[in-house]
Amino acid sequence: MKFRRKYLAIPYVVFLFLFIIFPIFVIIFYAFTDSSNHFSLDQVINFFTDSSKIMVLVVSVFFAILNTAICLLIGYPIAYFLARKDYNKNTVLFFLFIMPMWINFVLRTSATRDLLFLIGLDGGHYPYLATTIGLVYNYLPFVILPLYSTMIKLDNSQMEAAADLGCNKMQVFFKSVIPQTMPGIVSAIIMTFMPTMTTYVISDTLSERNIVLLGSSIASAFDNNNWNSGSFLAMIMLIIVFISMIVTNRFTKKSEVSESIW
Amino acid sequence: MVRKILAKSYVFLILLILYLPILVLIVFSFTEPSYAVGGRQNTNLEWNGFSVMLYGQLFKNKELMTALGNTILIAVISAFVATVLGSLGAIGAFYSSKKSKKFIDGLNQIPVANAEIIMAISIAILFTFLGSVIFKTSLFNFWTLLIGHVVLSAPFVYLNVKPKLAQLDPSLYEAALDLGAKPRQALFKIILPEILPGIFAGFILAITLSLDDFIMTAFLRGPGLLSGNGNIDTLSTYVQSKLKLSGAPAELRALTAIIFLIVITIVVGIIIKQNRSLKSKKERRNF
Repeated sequence: MKFRRKYLAIPYVVFLFLFIIFPIFVIIFYAFTDSSNHFSLDQVINFFTDSSKIMVLVVSVFFAILNTAICLLIGYPIAYFLARKDYNKNTVLFFLFIMPMWINFVLRTSATRDLLFLIGLDGGHYPYLATTIGLVYNYLPFVILPLYSTMIKLDNSQMEAAADLGCNKMQVFFKSVIPQTMPGIVSAIIMTFMPTMTTYVISDTLSERNIVLLGSSIASAFDNNNWNSGSFLAMIMLIIVFISMIVTNRFTKKSEVSESIW
Repeated sequence: MVRKILAKSYVFLILLILYLPILVLIVFSFTEPSYAVGGRQNTNLEWNGFSVMLYGQLFKNKELMTALGNTILIAVISAFVATVLGSLGAIGAFYSSKKSKKFIDGLNQIPVANAEIIMAISIAILFTFLGSVIFKTSLFNFWTLLIGHVVLSAPFVYLNVKPKLAQLDPSLYEAALDLGAKPRQALFKIILPEILPGIFAGFILAITLSLDDFIMTAFLRGPGLLSGNGNIDTLSTYVQSKLKLSGAPAELRALTAIIFLIVITIVVGIIIKQNRSLKSKKERRNF
């Protein structure tokens, strides 16, 4: 066989098919079958008639929205200040903000739990507060990173032009800065929203198991050997993933997010 | 001026809050835990006088040391495999027809966007099914864990290599062929050196992803590595199992402090290197 450069992709494509694509079909198969592998809509009926399962989905979406919003509100101004030359001249501060990413996240969650216990805000008494704090702690660096990388490319002359043409500071911000940083905002949302819904170490640890998110309920279904119900939950998650993929593709059509973070 | 001070104080305030748990933990790594009747360690933070005892205890905790060793082994091995697979995938895709390139790009995007728990569980079901129906034995061991970690990181290697290929001058390869190089030689001597920074960045990213992973490990591990016949524990699964039972053992405070120190050293190194290369660039410009 003659060597062609494109053949080099074959192992990777085979790998992706075997361990990404094929397993997804396995999940869909189990979502629509019963324990004797016959076609069944039991899981669909189960899900929509079991209010506790719906509640898990609602609570997961609630935490995902809350966490993404808080992280963006805190992180956006920080990324802005760090990227602007007139506020910050070196990259040291930026590195300080993303450095926690390199410390194992279970270890960090454990540290947060210890601190919350010390100051009396433990998950036994305040499960919602403790979980929110833990989530924001964990995802803030993942929000600041993509925002920062779009903000260092901010076009100053466009903002100055907007100001010259009569925009006040607020208008410059909403009409020039926000649209320019949209790709960063979108990738920040991708990096927090889905992972928050499916996290389970953070919510289990910090709420002392008082709050069940989609991640922990999928995991416990499988721990109890209930593949069908776990697969159905995973499939719901999968649908949400695909919707978000379509939405983000629409936002990042032109400005492809292939930037390396190093 | 006032705005600048306000901005600065906001940044530093958030930074302080962000590091508070780790800093507090480091402070409490220099004390002794108290023990309840029966020898159980009290895992709550409390100050019982200055001591470096926890640092000694850390290295005597065999379970933890095994987990740490496993974590490093699996990170290095999986990053190596992911880098080879992902880089070859990116090179192959880049030189394929437009249609198949787009297809592979799309395929690569699925694990990037997909939730980790879905991938972990779907691979786990696949192996459980194969194990129970076809092979009649548990298939979970080091290799399934390795597959999980490669699934996690190879797509990001691909994404790191891809832009470097796009920056490459296509005539370089042609020139090498014209000058008598075989395609394989041209690939190794011309293309590979040019995209090496992307490959290296992908490798480092793969290591960090693997070091930080919990979900893949929790679902795909089996016996192997330093754990011998027991299920492979990594730092993440070890800490989580302890958190589930009672609380994080006090030695982990010492470990957190050490990891923090290592990370800071690396970051300072990166910053110094960056500043130096910036400076040399400026100097060159001045000539």
